[in-house]
Amino acid sequence: MDEKMRTVVEGLQSRFNLEVQEFRGEVTLIVPPEQIVAVAQTLRDEHGFEQLVDVTAVDYFPQQEPRFHVVYHIRSLAQTLIICLRVPLNGNFPSVSTVEKVYPGANWYEREVYDMFGITFEGHSDLRRILMPYDWQGHPLRKDYPLGYEEVQFSFNIDEVLKRKLRPRE
Amino acid sequence: MTNIREVSVDELRHLVSERALQGETMLLNMGPQHPSTHGVLRLLLELDGEIVVNCIPDIGFLHTGVEKNMENKTYQKAEVMTDRLDYLNPIGNNLVYCLAVEKLLDLDVPPRAQAIRVILAELTRIGSHLLWLGTSALDLAAMSVFLYTMREREKILDIFEMVSGQRMMTTYIRPGGLWRDVPVEFEAAVYKFIDELPREIQKYHDLLDENELFLDRTKGVATITRDECIAYGVTGPVLRATGMAYDIRKAIPYSGYEQYDFNIPTRTEGDVYARYAVRMDEMEESLKIIRQALDKLPYGPVRSNNRKYVPPPRSEIGVSMEALIHHFKLWTEGFYPPKGSVYVATESPRGELGVFLESDGGPKPYRVHYRTPTFANLQVMPILTRGQFIADVVAAIGSIDIVLGDADR
Repeated sequence: MDEKMRTVVEGLQSRFNLEVQEFRGEVTLIVPPEQIVAVAQTLRDEHGFEQLVDVTAVDYFPQQEPRFHVVYHIRSLAQTLIICLRVPLNGNFPSVSTVEKVYPGANWYEREVYDMFGITFEGHSDLRRILMPYDWQGHPLRKDYPLGYEEVQFSFNIDEVLKRKLRPRE
Repeated sequence: MTNIREVSVDELRHLVSERALQGETMLLNMGPQHPSTHGVLRLLLELDGEIVVNCIPDIGFLHTGVEKNMENKTYQKAEVMTDRLDYLNPIGNNLVYCLAVEKLLDLDVPPRAQAIRVILAELTRIGSHLLWLGTSALDLAAMSVFLYTMREREKILDIFEMVSGQRMMTTYIRPGGLWRDVPVEFEAAVYKFIDELPREIQKYHDLLDENELFLDRTKGVATITRDECIAYGVTGPVLRATGMAYDIRKAIPYSGYEQYDFNIPTRTEGDVYARYAVRMDEMEESLKIIRQALDKLPYGPVRSNNRKYVPPPRSEIGVSMEALIHHFKLWTEGFYPPKGSVYVATESPRGELGVFLESDGGPKPYRVHYRTPTFANLQVMPILTRGQFIADVVAAIGSIDIVLGDADR
């Protein structure tokens, strides 16, 4: 972690109690869902992280608690820093507050996460599907949403294949 | 299971103004298939006469589930998907994916491979800008520019065919280096191309720069400010046309871009003409980078010799049992990167192209996410078109250089 990043992380930790992870020189903060708006606000106003680069999610199915991580990448153009925030959410009705008020560009990114993972963003101005048709069933990027083809079974992967296999509806 | 229904006025209520519901303004669908939408894009326009009151972009018509497919293939086999995303910048898509895999593995790339990557990435940028220039001039009814730019672009595709055997879906850049070294004719062919292109660019300037029709359709049209760009995550030429000199090749250099001497072209007006001017200057800067990289193209290997991640050359397989085992393991199982996630950003012709890659320690990427520039840039269509004429919507779409495969993934 370089000096500029260290001051940012220490500044955030003095106010919020966040877990810090580091991998290949990238800094990730684990943010509880109720604090995400406050953390984003602090990053933008006090540390100059003016651009939301990306919002996406990771599904850790079959793990339920936390099943999802919503991943935010926020950038400071002037200091050329990028920070990653991760919000853990559990599998039942995953929901987190929108950061649209802080970064207006979050609008479409959050719609994409809603569409692909079924995570709702409270307070979002226009939460509709964006990539799939409006009457589509299910959320394609969830790990329990199968690919469209029959997977080839071998003895080494049969457990994994059966876990994902579509079963006839009862 | 819900049945397919017609969208009722109630469902549009929060999207359009009260006047549309009263019937005072008109709702008009532009697209999904329209020559000026450059792919499959639907714009729901609310019009007051000829003036755009609101614009609601609707994307997703080209959604191919590339991210989901990549998560079900090994790291090497997933790469062929990346060419198909942004079909005007296939090398750039390969490059950013390979950079992310290399960062995950902590793998070094030999200097010759780095230099060739830069040359090819800049050639792709020129090719993309040429196609953009031709088509967006065609949108504004300038036919001959399109024919001239397509002719030049063909020469770039010929160079790609020479190095990889493919014209568009090259998959030439691989984790740890390149597929193979460039052929001997490569240097002469690229020198010939970069010697000839400046004359052609001058021709485009002559055709458009003082063309009254072109100026009327572009100056002061579809403006955006720097703060709006930053707030909405807009990057690339659209951001640089508002006066912000931000280019990832300079800010966070990758693939050895810090060794090359080039400028970041900017304009301050933030209109269609400024974006045109920025891209025209960018082509000249790319030519400068290519020339520097070619002049001191180092000799040496083009692939990392870490056999755990990079397959051995074909010649080694015949004589070495170790090489055969590595080859077999890499193409059947793949490699096992450590647990963790990385984000790598590069400067594509359209702006910041990033890859978020998460590994769970297995041979397949657990999560791949492409942060694509077109997706973010399309989001500002309402800002660009509000209060403009309907004909300016065409100019605005052309000026942000959309590739819908890039937006929908």
